[in-house]
Amino acid sequence: MTGSEEALAHSASSAEAAPGNPPGAARGAHGPGGAAADSWRSRLYRWDMKGSPYAFVAPFFILFGAFTLVPLLYTAWYSLHNVQLSSLDHQTWTGLDNYKNLLSSDFFWNALKNTFTIGVISTVPQLLAALGLAHMLNYRLRGSTVWRVVMLTPYATSVAAATLVFTLLYSWDGGMVNWLLHFAGVGPVNWRESDWGSQFAVSSIVVWRWTGYNALIYLAAMQAIPADLYESAAIDGAGRWQQFRHVTVPQLRPTILFTVVVSTIGATQLFGEPLLFGGVSGSKGGSEHQYQTLGLYMYDQGWIVGNLGKASAIAWSMFLILLIIAAVNLLLTRRLRKSQ
Amino acid sequence: MTTSELTLPPKARTPRTRRRVMGAGKQLHAGPVTYTVLTVFALVSLAPLVWTAIAASRTDRRLAQTPPPLWFGGNLFSNLRTAWNQAGLGTAMVNSVLVAGTITVSTVLFATLAGFAFAKLRFRFSGLLLLLTVGTMMIPPQLAVVPLYLWMADLGWSNQLQTVILPSLVTAFGTFFMRQYLVQALPSELVEAARVDGASSLRIVWHVVFPAARPAMAVLGLLTFVFAWNDFLWPIIALNQQNPTVQVALNSLGTGYVPDQSVIMAGALLGTLPLLVAFLLFGKQIVGGIMQGAIKG
Repeated sequence: MTGSEEALAHSASSAEAAPGNPPGAARGAHGPGGAAADSWRSRLYRWDMKGSPYAFVAPFFILFGAFTLVPLLYTAWYSLHNVQLSSLDHQTWTGLDNYKNLLSSDFFWNALKNTFTIGVISTVPQLLAALGLAHMLNYRLRGSTVWRVVMLTPYATSVAAATLVFTLLYSWDGGMVNWLLHFAGVGPVNWRESDWGSQFAVSSIVVWRWTGYNALIYLAAMQAIPADLYESAAIDGAGRWQQFRHVTVPQLRPTILFTVVVSTIGATQLFGEPLLFGGVSGSKGGSEHQYQTLGLYMYDQGWIVGNLGKASAIAWSMFLILLIIAAVNLLLTRRLRKSQ
Repeated sequence: MTTSELTLPPKARTPRTRRRVMGAGKQLHAGPVTYTVLTVFALVSLAPLVWTAIAASRTDRRLAQTPPPLWFGGNLFSNLRTAWNQAGLGTAMVNSVLVAGTITVSTVLFATLAGFAFAKLRFRFSGLLLLLTVGTMMIPPQLAVVPLYLWMADLGWSNQLQTVILPSLVTAFGTFFMRQYLVQALPSELVEAARVDGASSLRIVWHVVFPAARPAMAVLGLLTFVFAWNDFLWPIIALNQQNPTVQVALNSLGTGYVPDQSVIMAGALLGTLPLLVAFLLFGKQIVGGIMQGAIKG
């Protein structure tokens, strides 16, 4: 602490001295003609001081702006137009038609509902499992690094690869899951066609890929909890489970909120898993659209049906939903802070 | 991450009274129950990957039979060869290395520059710009793909690699990550001392910032490579099977490009292998990077 304060004081004083004392002047003697060279140098120095921060952030902001922020606005613009994949040059203004069209479309509401249910059945078990896993990883373990890396390997597997494998595991006949279930006396489940079955299967891919990742995030936060909290709990006679409930979980609350937000954002844009789970007709999200999410619906409308204006409207609807979630989150965080 | 060393009070129920404790909760030894549950988690994490290899070593006909195969067969290499040649995984791997490699170098470089400016330099609107960076970190890719598609079509770039490289050259996460690291890891007096010695900003970046940032640059590089290798939505819109990345090739496999399940599994295995190797070699650093990002984010 004191070290950094010193550093601050030091940097402040040298920053004060800097503008008046360009390095050339500080070095002094430059021989004949030094004055002109000095003023040139000091000007260069000042330009460098003033301009370099902008030069350093410029590549980032130019690329970020051009490929993230500008497209965001263009998407809004296209969502107010009729843009067809078959005739990209003919874009006609349609106002809010695309949005009205969405609100009266059963498929949109179906996709919204599916996104929500798949989001819940993938996020809740995932975060609960991650919390328990992190708690265990926080014990003194033999080979703790190995355990952590193993838990993270699903994260190395791409959405596409993971979904191809899980689709085979969940296949109707000869699938591993149904074969294992028959030992438990459960008849074969049609994971492709049934409503809850397909949503469960899609969710399980998400849970498999992200549980370890979230566990590491919780683990990092757990290691930042002051040890004396546990000690005093132990002195009060709290066992492992009680320590977990009364020390760990309350201390992790901000982190838990953070992971809930990140997982919710991930769930809102869920796309690759249902697309590839559906195989050849993937963009429909099953024969009855039983697992068509918003992300999938957008891809289907934009690039399979060919209505890019409508796809833009779906994208912006997703964005608005996320903004609402962000606002709710902000309110919750404020509440949390006040109550503490 | 702060490591605090302290001793437990004698009342704590531990066999030894004095011990070094790293972080909180570490004082508790894992019991057999913990090891058992962790083993189950580990098996669930690894089993699908092992089974991918098993399925890739069998024939399509065998995979359709019950019970499913539980051990390796003899067809691994022929399936891998078919995936490599017929399903385009060969081209795809080369393309993905090019794409993910370029994205990684550029993201790390520009994130370090911008992160340094945000962490240690004073300039107008820096607070506002940083807020903009953080605030837009979570914009879904869906919000960009329609305009990107129209622009790339205008430029006549469809199916060329630059269409998937250009939009991913920087990430808001990367810039924020480097900023958070450099705030702590780069002493301000070092930058000031270099200034007083007359070093230009570029020299400072080269001789002071890069050396200090190297560990975080490596971690960000690994995370970016994983992200770029696995990126899905925009690549499958922008590219097709004529010139695919790994994920585009896998998408083609999933939608019936090659109907043979064992070849599909061989493709999934091939496409994941580079990252599995990376995890084997740098797993510790990747884990560290994710945990570091978590605390500071």
